[in-house]
Parts: sequence; C-alpha cells; structure tokens
Amino acid sequence: MSILVNKDSKVIVQGFTGKEGTFHAEQCIAYGTNIVGGVTPNKGGQTHLDKPVFNTVNEAVKTTGATVSMIFVPPAFVGDAVMEAAEAGIELAVIITEGAPVKDMQAAKAYATKHGMMTIGPNCPGIITAEECKIGIMPGMVFKKGNVGLISKSGTLTYEGANQVCNEGYGITTAVGIGGDPIIGLSYKQILPMFEADPETKAIVMIGEIGGDLEIQAAKLIKEQITKPVVAFIAGQTAPKGKTMGHAGAIVSGSAGTAKEKMEALEAAGVKVVVSPAEIGKAIKEVLSK
Amino acid sequence: MNIHEYQAKQVFAKYDVPVPKGIMVESVKDAVEAAKELGGPVWVVKAQIHAGGRGLGGGVKLAKTLEEVEALADEILGMTLVTHQTGPEGKLVQKLYIEDGADIQSELYLSVVLDRKLEMPLIMASTEGGMNIEDVAEKTPELIVTVPVDPSIGFQGFHGRELAFGLGITDKAEQKNIITFAQKLFKLYMELDAEMIEINPLVKTGKGEFIALDGKMGFDNSALGRQPEIAAMRDLTEEDPDEVEAAKYGLSYVALDGEIGCMVNGAGLAMGTMDTINHMGGTPANFLDVGGSANAETVAKGFEIILKNPKVKAIFVNIFGGIVRCDRIANGIIEATKITDVNVPVIVRLDGTNAPEAAEILKNANIDNLIVGDDLGDGAAKAVAAAKGE
Repeated sequence: MSILVNKDSKVIVQGFTGKEGTFHAEQCIAYGTNIVGGVTPNKGGQTHLDKPVFNTVNEAVKTTGATVSMIFVPPAFVGDAVMEAAEAGIELAVIITEGAPVKDMQAAKAYATKHGMMTIGPNCPGIITAEECKIGIMPGMVFKKGNVGLISKSGTLTYEGANQVCNEGYGITTAVGIGGDPIIGLSYKQILPMFEADPETKAIVMIGEIGGDLEIQAAKLIKEQITKPVVAFIAGQTAPKGKTMGHAGAIVSGSAGTAKEKMEALEAAGVKVVVSPAEIGKAIKEVLSK
Repeated sequence: MNIHEYQAKQVFAKYDVPVPKGIMVESVKDAVEAAKELGGPVWVVKAQIHAGGRGLGGGVKLAKTLEEVEALADEILGMTLVTHQTGPEGKLVQKLYIEDGADIQSELYLSVVLDRKLEMPLIMASTEGGMNIEDVAEKTPELIVTVPVDPSIGFQGFHGRELAFGLGITDKAEQKNIITFAQKLFKLYMELDAEMIEINPLVKTGKGEFIALDGKMGFDNSALGRQPEIAAMRDLTEEDPDEVEAAKYGLSYVALDGEIGCMVNGAGLAMGTMDTINHMGGTPANFLDVGGSANAETVAKGFEIILKNPKVKAIFVNIFGGIVRCDRIANGIIEATKITDVNVPVIVRLDGTNAPEAAEILKNANIDNLIVGDDLGDGAAKAVAAAKGE
C-alpha cells in the first residue's frame, strides 16, 4: 500500500520533450514509473523516450487513460498547463516547475479544485512511492521501501529525512514534497489523513519551515485525527525576520510564521519535534521501537 | 521586489488613486526647486528608503517655508536612517520626496495582501491609521476590517460596502469615495502582480476625500518578467550588494551574524544546516542555497562571497545530491580552492547522487584544510569545533 500513486498509476508528462522534462522523465521511467506518454504542443504524433507525444492533454488522456500528470513547462505557462490538465480530467497534477507567478497559481488551484483535481507543488521535488513509482526529481535510490510516510516543504530535506530513516533500517511508504511557495496544492492537512488511513504506514515524518501557518493547521489536525506517531522538524529557527529564505513562502512576517511557534504547536499536539534535521532518523527509531 | 514611496505613488496616480502632488529629488538645490514648483504653503520632506518607520526615525518632516525645506533636505539627505525595519546599521538616504502638505481630518490604514490561508487577496483596513498595524491587530483586533476578494469575481459592490461600513463611514459621499479608492487599488494589485500594497496612513481630508499619504508596494519576483515597467523600478542600492552578486550566479544568499559560513543545496536543508550549527553551539554566518544547477563556477563564487565576511572562521559545505551530482560539487570545491584563497577550514559533507565518486575526488586532491563530514550531524559538529579552533 501507499498513498496517491503506485506502480499502476498512468502518468503523462506536460513539457515532455524539453530538456528538464526529458531528463527527469527518463529517470522516472528507469525507476519504474508507468509513464504512458507526454504532451508538447506541435509535436503530437512523434515518439519520445519510446512513448507517444500528444498536442493536448485532452488527447493524451483520451488515448492513454492517464490519471496523473507531471508538469515541467516553463514558469509562465504553469497556470495554463494546470488548468488544461484539470479540464482534461487528470486526477492529480504534480507541478515541478519553480518560479510560477503567484497570481497564476491562485487561479489555477481554484480551477483545479473546482474540477476535483488534486495538485502537488509547484516548486517541489514531487512524489515517490518507494520502489514503485517516482513522479518528480528526487534521487530514487535514497527511498527504500518501508513503513514511514514522509511529507516535506523542502526538497533536499526530503532526501535527508528519507536517507536517515533508511539508514536506521526502516524505509518509506510514500514521500511527498509539497513545495514552499505561498500557494501550494496538497498540504499536511490533506496528506496526513491519507497516511493515517494507509495500513502500511506506521509512522510519519513531517518537515516544515518558517512562513505561513500550514504547520499550525497541521498541529490541530494531528491532535484531532492522527493516532500514528509523528516526528517533525521545522527549518528556520535561526532565520532572521523579514527575509525570504530561498523559498518564496519562507519568510517570517512580523511575529507570524516563526519556527518556534510552529514547534510549540506541534509539541502540544503530541508530535516528537526535533531541533535539527540530523535527528530525524534517531527519532523515528525511537517512536517505532516503542 | 519592493519599490520606493515615490514610485508607488506614480503607480497609484496611473490608476487614478488619489495622492498628494510630489517630486523626487537627489540634491538640496533640487529640493528647493521642487518646493517652489509645488507652491506650498506647507511641504513634507520625506526620506526615500525601503523601510517602514521613517517618520519615527526622523526621516519625515514638515516644512513651512522654503528655508525650512532647504534646511531639512540638507539634514535628511545623506543621513543614515535607523528604523525598526532597517536593522541597527540603518540605511543611507540618497533620495528625497518633496510633497504637498495635506489637509488631514483623520488617518486610516488600508492594505492589500495575499491571504495564504484563504488563497486569495485580502483587503485590510482600520480606523487606526499611522500606527503599526501589527500592534493594532494584537491590542484591538476589532478595529481591523478584513475583506477577502476572490479574483474570479473581482471587486464587487458588497466588498466595498463591507469595507465602508466596517470602517464606520456613514456619509454617503464618503462611502462612495472609499469604495472607489479600494476598487482602483485592487485593480492595480491584480494587474501588476503585486505581492502587497500598504497605505499607512490613508487620510481623509476636510472635504471627505481619501488620499494615499504613504505608499508601500512589493511585487511577486516570479512575475517581473511580464511587468517590465515595474521591474525597471528596482533600486539595487537598496539591496544587499552580496545578495545581488550571489543572485547573478543563481545563488540565494542572506548574511547573518555568526562565524560559520554555510554552502548548501536547497533552501530547506540550508536552513536546517544553520539550525543544526546553532543547536551544536556554533553560529551560522549566512544562508546560502547553491540551487539545483551548482557547478565549479557557482561553488567558487559561493566561497568568494562567504569569505568576504571577515567573521567567518570555518565553512561547512553540506550537499545532499539529488539533481546536483556530488562529484561535480567536489570538483567545484577543488577548483574554488585554486581560484580563491580559502584560508579557513572547510568541512565537506557530500551525500546522495555520486557521493562515493566525490569522496574519492576529494581524497585524491589532498587539500590541506579540508575536513570530511560523514553525515549532517558529524559535519556540523566538526564545523563548530573548527570555528572554535579545536
């Protein structure tokens, strides 16, 4: 078991024939992802990486029965691509592209929600169900199959966390990188209950960062709905106020969105909060050997 | 990206949002000329820096004669203005805005920001103009009116009514004025990909009209490509020169106070590395994300920027290679030590894609002050020890 995607998920790639799209689609196929085709306008009818190319998402969905799309189009076209996927009946769009304008994402997410399409990202590493299906840009070899679900705003902290979990002799069910932009798709609120419902997932690693209040909302939800042990790390305890730390959404505005406030809320919800990402592996070992 | 008050007011004027007349100047002589052109009888001399709290810091003053304009311009131009937003080092004032004095009956507050929870723009207003809005929110939240506006329907009549009644405006002409004002502001917020607009104070004149006495605007960096007129307003002298230099090479850099320089891939891991150093009793000197396409040149540039800071006593390179291949980073480190004189211990932790190859490359290079960290915790501990001279 896993959440959201598995070896049977039929995936298309929007921005399939571009440099990034090509490189990462190839890696995903090598990992075992069932990529059934891709979309690049005006290249319909061609074959790329031994998969069919379509002009529109609609055509790709009708022909291949794809339900998931991995989006690599340039930032200015992300909004358009997400709405196209929603209109075509895609169920989950994983948006890897970095630098999409906030206004476009706002409109695209509202439209996706209206059409019942889930989104992950933008500006994220994607989602991986260990040893089955990788939709994104993470290094596949880090994610060994196991019983820990992982959700993170940060790409490299996803790898760091998964690596430590695996080094302790455990493994990953599914890892989701939700991205750190001001407007993102699926977040803790939706994904934590999925891990709770997944029989294979025995513990959850949750990685957050400064800015916004998604982690505070998550703390409330954990207290009410999550019975599985959760280990959390919040990046940016040493970040100065009013400065954007790499991710567009990672900013402490005034007194809101600090690491401290988030860590306290999570601790109060019964979460095992670690002060350094170097302690994620040990913490998982501790909660799972109880 | 933020812009100056005088630029924000140019943008407002373009959208027909009422502002007092004013002229930006860069010399005392021009300040007097500007005052003459505006005519008086009173003027406000305002320091133009990208930070709030200018008035309290002594950067905004009222002049009643041309002589006073001259004296104040002379006083404020070239001063280092310290406000709660500039940090203790303050900011050098290089531009002034000479503005017509306004007929102030009352001061309000008005802003448009992105509400991340609602995922739509939010208009915020308060009768407590001129105050720090965070203080108002904390002490008297009931005095803040919030009106979320869904962009798919745009600014409707009911949004305007919520705002006007929320502010306790009962005069019909005044209601119409504030609604029109907010409507125009929302239009420009959407059309120009603004991130936030703050008008504090927004003043009501004796005639019941509303004028933006101040103007602060920030824009979505990701949208600047399609907003060339806004992008052209960028004032690089207001930004940290090291941050600007770093950005040219795709590096995201923020200077901090400590002693351990950090070079990391990914924003989250970069913050996590700082936190780990801090937790182990050290102090991070900077945030530096080398990004997804790091190569020898960017790594060398990273070292150069970190080493500009004389406080740095050790550098911790922490890379978890996903897209970034560790062997490339290893080569980058070797190249960098050839180009730049790296005179402090460098602790290197490379994990992920091609990590074994990278370890081999570093071992064979035989660099004197290079220390290998086995994992994040080990690397951070070694960096803290090295910075202490242990």
